[in-house]
Amino acid sequence: MTKGHALGGVRLNNVTVAFDGHPALHHISGRFQSGTLTAVVGPNGAGKSTLLRAIVGDLTPSSGTVTTDSDRIAYLPQASRLNHDLPITVADAVLMGRWRRLGLHQAARQEDLADASAALAEVGLGGFERRAVSSLSVGQRQRALFARLMLTDADTVLLDEPFAAIDQRTTSDLLRVVQQWHASRRTVIAVLHDLDQVRSAFPLTLLVARTVVEWGATETVLTAANLARARSMSEASDTHADWCRDAA
Amino acid sequence: MSVLDALYALLIAPLVDFAFMRRALVACVALALAGAPLGTLLIVRRMSLMGDALAHAVLPGVAMGHLLAGMSAFAMVTGGLIAGLTVAVLSVVATRTTPLREDAAFAGFYIASLSLGIAILSMSATTTDLVHILFGTVLAVDDVALLTIAGLASAVLVALALSARALIIEAFDPALLDVGGVRSGGVWNGVLLGLVVVLLVAGYQAVGTLMTVGLLILPPLIARFWADTLEGQVAAAMIASLLGVYTGLMMSFHWNLPTGPAITLGLAATAIASALLGPVSSVRVRRRQRHRVA
Repeated sequence: MTKGHALGGVRLNNVTVAFDGHPALHHISGRFQSGTLTAVVGPNGAGKSTLLRAIVGDLTPSSGTVTTDSDRIAYLPQASRLNHDLPITVADAVLMGRWRRLGLHQAARQEDLADASAALAEVGLGGFERRAVSSLSVGQRQRALFARLMLTDADTVLLDEPFAAIDQRTTSDLLRVVQQWHASRRTVIAVLHDLDQVRSAFPLTLLVARTVVEWGATETVLTAANLARARSMSEASDTHADWCRDAA
Repeated sequence: MSVLDALYALLIAPLVDFAFMRRALVACVALALAGAPLGTLLIVRRMSLMGDALAHAVLPGVAMGHLLAGMSAFAMVTGGLIAGLTVAVLSVVATRTTPLREDAAFAGFYIASLSLGIAILSMSATTTDLVHILFGTVLAVDDVALLTIAGLASAVLVALALSARALIIEAFDPALLDVGGVRSGGVWNGVLLGLVVVLLVAGYQAVGTLMTVGLLILPPLIARFWADTLEGQVAAAMIASLLGVYTGLMMSFHWNLPTGPAITLGLAATAIASALLGPVSSVRVRRRQRHRVA
């Protein structure tokens, strides 16, 4: 773990991401300073996952630009987007984090295997290398996926609801890993729903409801008034809404 | 006649006595070795029915080749490749540019393609030709056909080895390969579907395009009940497929059955038996009452 330069900031410049003409994110601008630890909070349909996918490059903005300081970005999607029935071992799944360094053909080296074992031990799954992914519990799977994130050695880490349906002990173990990433001055952005967790562990918060409701220090963002404003956002898009006339 | 003589007559003599049986066996072994790993990847990616859809999709190209050049292997293989790859590409593009899911896009394109194929065949082919195209005939495997089959199957195997890591990573987490700005989604899917088309076209002369689907899907289904790792399943699928083509060929020889169905029925029976009695996750294993302490 390297102290030193802050790594992996992200800048959003007037970003709109629309599905079938309806914006999931509407003209969002702002900056995740490198080395910061930010929670992304907002009601369902607020565009939180869309934001992460736009940063990764999985979705292309309809207008505006996303600029990342580094292309070493690690992204943990929501659990439902992964195929846990695949007959692979835990070590295979963790080593997938190394694919960008190894490419699509080079075999894993001894040091990669050692790193995988160390990462598994770190998340409390020491000795699980040969187990089948399909045999893991929901919490163990998330631990293994955090080990995979550790192997990517990314500058920017994006987590989409990493603690949904995860018990308290696993959550606190994995939060410790998040704190380590923060301590090594990586940029971490996590979509979360548990506001107490955000208040206790995340210095910065972005409150979204398709647009930025508030963005800054967590205690100033998560006020009753701001949360009420975010909640008032309608989840349904309006079929007959006027076309947006801001510059495309 | 001793038991050994009987076994010799049953399993070995047809190969010693008839050159076309030897060629058929080599062709089927090539298809089996390429089909087993390809089918395993299709199944773990939940695309089992794509093989069937593509088998129907290649028909208009094969038929067009037949219309233009008669029973010419080269024309029919080329036509089949073009038709199959066109349907695969159109479906992938439709999936990426419309809200249609991949299976829906495929269902639409393949039935259109099949209809076109039947319309073309009605202009030219006799029923015998049609049966040969759909279900194959070992008698059709001459030296040129054998080289075509072996060459295409080998190419599939090499291409699959080169793209295996991407296909497996994407099967687990479709977003992982995207990170870094380049969206990979459609590309690897397209590669896999393209390889399926090549194998189906390779197989049409020996066992027919439809029956090649059997070599693609059934061995991995059998393997699912014999091994629980991906590598293990690929190995088990290859072994099952090799045994299946051998027994199928012999059944087809002794009982005068069409080769494709003989192989496929044998593999299907093995799949059912494996699902009921196999050592991994079979009905027998799951019904066992005993359990471990942890």
